[in-house]
Amino acid sequence: MEPFHAEPNYIIEEAPVFSSGHNACPGCGEALAVRYVLNSMGPKTVAVIPPSCIAIISGPQPYSSMRIPVYQTTLEASAASAAGIRRALVRQGKDDVNVLVIAGDGGTYDIGFQALSGAAERNEDMVYVCLDNEGYMNTGAQKSSSTPYLAYTTSTPGGKPNDKKDIAEIMAAHRVPYVATATVGYPEDLARKVAKAKEMRGLRFIVVLTPCLDGWGVPDDGAVRVSRLAVQTGFFPLYEVEEGERYAINVGPTPGWPVERYLETQRRYRHLTADQVAAIQAHVDHKWSLLHARAKVECVPMFQGAEI
Amino acid sequence: MTTLTTGASQAGMPELLPGDVRMLLTGNYAVSYGAMRARPQVVPIYPITPQTPIAEKISDLQLAGEFDVDLMTAESEHSAMSACITASLTGVRVFTATASQGLMLMHEMLHYASGAMTPIVMVNVNRTIGSPWGFWPDQTDSLAQRDTGWIQLYTENGQESLDTVIQAFRIAEQLLVPAMVIHEAFYISHALEPVVVPAQERVDEYLPPFAPQHRLDPEIGESWGNVVNQDMFYRHRKRLGEAMARVPETAIAADTEYEALMGRGYGILERYRMEGAEIAVVAFGAMCGTARVAVDRLREAGVSVGLLKIKLFRPFPIEQVRAAVAGVPKLVVMERNFSPGVGGVLHQELKAALYGMADPPQVHGYLAGVGGVNVSARKIEELVGKAMTEEPVAESVWQR
Repeated sequence: MEPFHAEPNYIIEEAPVFSSGHNACPGCGEALAVRYVLNSMGPKTVAVIPPSCIAIISGPQPYSSMRIPVYQTTLEASAASAAGIRRALVRQGKDDVNVLVIAGDGGTYDIGFQALSGAAERNEDMVYVCLDNEGYMNTGAQKSSSTPYLAYTTSTPGGKPNDKKDIAEIMAAHRVPYVATATVGYPEDLARKVAKAKEMRGLRFIVVLTPCLDGWGVPDDGAVRVSRLAVQTGFFPLYEVEEGERYAINVGPTPGWPVERYLETQRRYRHLTADQVAAIQAHVDHKWSLLHARAKVECVPMFQGAEI
Repeated sequence: MTTLTTGASQAGMPELLPGDVRMLLTGNYAVSYGAMRARPQVVPIYPITPQTPIAEKISDLQLAGEFDVDLMTAESEHSAMSACITASLTGVRVFTATASQGLMLMHEMLHYASGAMTPIVMVNVNRTIGSPWGFWPDQTDSLAQRDTGWIQLYTENGQESLDTVIQAFRIAEQLLVPAMVIHEAFYISHALEPVVVPAQERVDEYLPPFAPQHRLDPEIGESWGNVVNQDMFYRHRKRLGEAMARVPETAIAADTEYEALMGRGYGILERYRMEGAEIAVVAFGAMCGTARVAVDRLREAGVSVGLLKIKLFRPFPIEQVRAAVAGVPKLVVMERNFSPGVGGVLHQELKAALYGMADPPQVHGYLAGVGGVNVSARKIEELVGKAMTEEPVAESVWQR
């Protein structure tokens, strides 16, 4: 099992699928993710989008920011909806059309998980991208099962008492062909993973950490900086898993950078005590060691994060 | 128009035309053969008693190479219906089947399907809804979906279920409205009867390939489902209503042409021995078969009684029903469903349809078969006699 690594000098190739003038908030991290996902997938794509900020970004009738057919489905049904499209395309002999889901974390980790797990078991042929802003941000920042430990949301005003679900590991345990984590602060890594997934077959899953300015309490110009800090402090390592077992860590933490550097940039963590910060740090360290063990390699991160 | 709504007699063995095959089939297997003849390309499905033999037979026919179909074994009815909608929107013919709790779980997506104008055909096998658990024939599951924008056709036996599945594709695809074909647990789903499976060539002649102008296709670029304003929503619902309003005439035409090709027709409702009737039983589904026996016996005893079988329930064919009961002084509805706070759903719908009619019949509503309790021909005879001697009350009345 050869570990593999990100091409540090990956050149992003964009097809003009995503348009400017969309409805995202100024500075939105998710809009960046949508850009690199759609423009890497290209025009021969049908997208499925459940209720989410992505649906808002996609645009109200008769407008669309996406130059591809978009089917907006119900919150829990994305993977099943995409499966129906793929199977109909196959019956029509249209094997060169990509089927893409872009869903939020609520529509993936929570209410959409049954359909996603079923699609993964059947290895339905689709690229499923979860744009993870760690809560129901479109409805006013309520907690989802992706909300991290102790983060404030409007439904966990005292801080969330439970840990975030590890969706990448859950999907890897389905032994689907491809699972990857990515974030908007590393656009080359994100675009490369989407382009790689596009060339594969079966269920390919990418979870993209996308800071929500309003929900996280981040300044309008802060999405990219916070996204990079999530990686640089080890809070959200960038890695890939093929067939549920071939792990490759692409970008890991910068040695000596505590998770506090990430937490202090966001209003949702400002209530934390020193003990709570220490607890989160211990948790991050533990998860990082587990990932190392799964990857079965001495990790040499390819991109050492530079401070922005 | 009323002459077109009167179905052919169901008495005796159906005729065989060249290429037809007569088989001993359960109602559910008849549905599977009907679906096979209609050539759906994608069948997303999830198992639930008493629907499972439909899915099993489709699987067997697929494995045997007789049924060229993509059978998607979904992880829930909700996902099955979700995939039905998108497969249909992508431009292929879609079939599925469910029952009871499965239909309940689909409820959200049933609205989504009619909103998306996807002509899916689904068979629902009527079964009690929990709690508590039961496996008994009761029509409340499908009747609870009457506001979802699906056509509802209730059938009386396996042959009618097979024929109606094929007809339902024709109606649904002409109007872009999804259609539900409904038969009851066990009385129809698991009862063996001789069934004619029509020749494929004749079904192909009847049902051309599904080729929708609008579909999800990057070459076309059309999307579906994004947010609309109030005015757009209003216009969209109005269009759905207009399509629904065309169902009775479309279904009558579909049945007339089917009868011309296959030798069997049913109408959207049927008047059985209604000549000079002083009272008529009104029913749908399997109860009609029993009611025919009761009517025959009562007629032999000199009672002027007939049967009005409602096949098309949604949309409720008000004009045809009014014409069918004109001049009949009394109607007695036999229900195998219950809507708490309302009573029998057919009773309620029938009264609404007749309201404002000149010289309308009196309507008695009897909750006779709720929960799958047996309603024998003798019981129907007894209830007809009871209704003849009583003034009707507004409510549906429990009768065992």
